Amino acid sequence: MGDDAAPGMPFTKSEMMIVAAARELAGQRVCFVGVGLPNIAVNLAKRTVAPDLELVYEAGVFGAQPARLPLSIGDPTIVSGATAVTSMWDLFSLYLQGGLIDVGFLGAAQIDRFGNINTTVIGPYDHPTTRLPGSGGACEIAINARQVFVIMRQSRRSFVERIDFRTSAGNLGGAEAAARIRREQGWIGSGPSVVVTDLGVYHFDETGEMRLDSLHPDATLDDVRATIGWEPKIAPDLATTATPTDEELRLVRVELDPEGAYTR
Amino acid sequence: MRDAVAELVRDGDTVAIEGFTHLISFAAGHEIIRQRKRDLTLARLTPDLIYDQMVAAGVARKLIFSWLGNPGVGGLNAIRRRIEDADPAPLEIEEYSHFGMVGRYTAGAANLPFYPLRSYFETDLPTANPLIRPIASPYGDGIVYAVPPLKPDVTVVHAQRADAAGDTQVWGLLGCQKEAAFAAERVIVVVEELVDESVIRADPNRTIIPGLIVDAVVVEPFGAHPSYVQGAYDRDNRFYREWDPISRDEAALQAWLGDWVHGLDGRAAYVEKLGAERVAALRPSGSAPSGSVDYGRYG
Repeated sequence: MGDDAAPGMPFTKSEMMIVAAARELAGQRVCFVGVGLPNIAVNLAKRTVAPDLELVYEAGVFGAQPARLPLSIGDPTIVSGATAVTSMWDLFSLYLQGGLIDVGFLGAAQIDRFGNINTTVIGPYDHPTTRLPGSGGACEIAINARQVFVIMRQSRRSFVERIDFRTSAGNLGGAEAAARIRREQGWIGSGPSVVVTDLGVYHFDETGEMRLDSLHPDATLDDVRATIGWEPKIAPDLATTATPTDEELRLVRVELDPEGAYTR
Repeated sequence: MRDAVAELVRDGDTVAIEGFTHLISFAAGHEIIRQRKRDLTLARLTPDLIYDQMVAAGVARKLIFSWLGNPGVGGLNAIRRRIEDADPAPLEIEEYSHFGMVGRYTAGAANLPFYPLRSYFETDLPTANPLIRPIASPYGDGIVYAVPPLKPDVTVVHAQRADAAGDTQVWGLLGCQKEAAFAAERVIVVVEELVDESVIRADPNRTIIPGLIVDAVVVEPFGAHPSYVQGAYDRDNRFYREWDPISRDEAALQAWLGDWVHGLDGRAAYVEKLGAERVAALRPSGSAPSGSVDYGRYG
């Protein structure tokens, strides 16, 4: 973003997060779409940087062409016009565990520095303070997709030193252990590769730990440190995320989320 | 529906009302509530509002599931109160992942002792649920996790159409209704439309459940509302949103059950109460027919 960039429309932190997440999908072919924020990010990518992206939904759809952004990921719009509708057994066995998914796109309630994810409980499992939805398909997506992208808002409650429950495996205790387990267990995936938040974009370094590579405009490193439960690694050549274009904002506001369900 | 539920659903049964977002038989769930069945174990990948309502109504003692939420809206509040605060009583849970649940029905249907999958290694799920167990490959290439077969006493499947014998056809999301039905001791099929056997025979690829395994066929138009039926009516997302404040307030929830379940004698009355306008607004905005295929005549 140079000084000579034309001033675009104002945008919210959520819109920046969704746009940045969509851009990460450039060049990808087959994406397994998780419930919630991944849904709008992936649908935006299909309309911008990745028009040939095949959208896969755990409900049993390959090659969806949603005409509207569904509230749920089992909406009738993902069926009409799709390439294939399959049983869930087909989808999880042949498409996912069989290794056809390039990117699994997940949300999370808690994440640690190695990209391990909790979507099950806050507090102890038997007496949780907050009962979250659980795995759904996330624990299988996390190990069987070739790589995993995560989109979630950053806070001290969500970016934690120690997650309360490991629902989905990321880089476990670090890259070395993760590589060994993946090899021994015959997992097809190489684990988490991107985390996009309302403050920036992280990738994973050679130790398997999250590293901030791009800071969103208007966000500061103080904001980042104040909302993360460990001392975050920052790329020496930290970039500034390009602001959303007018067209990206139009797609999000007018076409994908006119009621503001995802961007509020 | 009254007769089917009275005859086929018994106190203490394991009941699976399946359907992934699509084709959830709210009509059967409401009838189970009306008949005040008790101590049921309810199995579903996504308990959805129907199990939130059934748990709030006191029919269940246990829940078997893989994703507990109101998609895009939030949590299932009656179930959460039972789990987080034992309010008004504890609820036993048995938790898997989606693939684990699909595998359980598959093993149950195919008469296998377990179903193997690559999931769960290095997660906390096997600790939370000791029925998820590791097994060594007999061919020496590693460990996989196994889940036990699930054989419901009763599975309820909502579908677009069936003939009188119970031969059932579905299009749109298929979920794992087929596996859940084949795994069950008894099967109730609920349909939008009863059709002649010739309609089924003209398109045999679309049949997911044969009448052979079906114990009752119930015709209940709009019986899946507020979930949806591909080609017939849309998901009523408005109701899914409205359920959140209703279910956060135990008194409001019980009042809702009184008005919409106990106070009605069946689905026809529910649809009438819903109103023609609300129903009409849920019809698809247009038609999207499939091209027909020619199976050919042989002999």
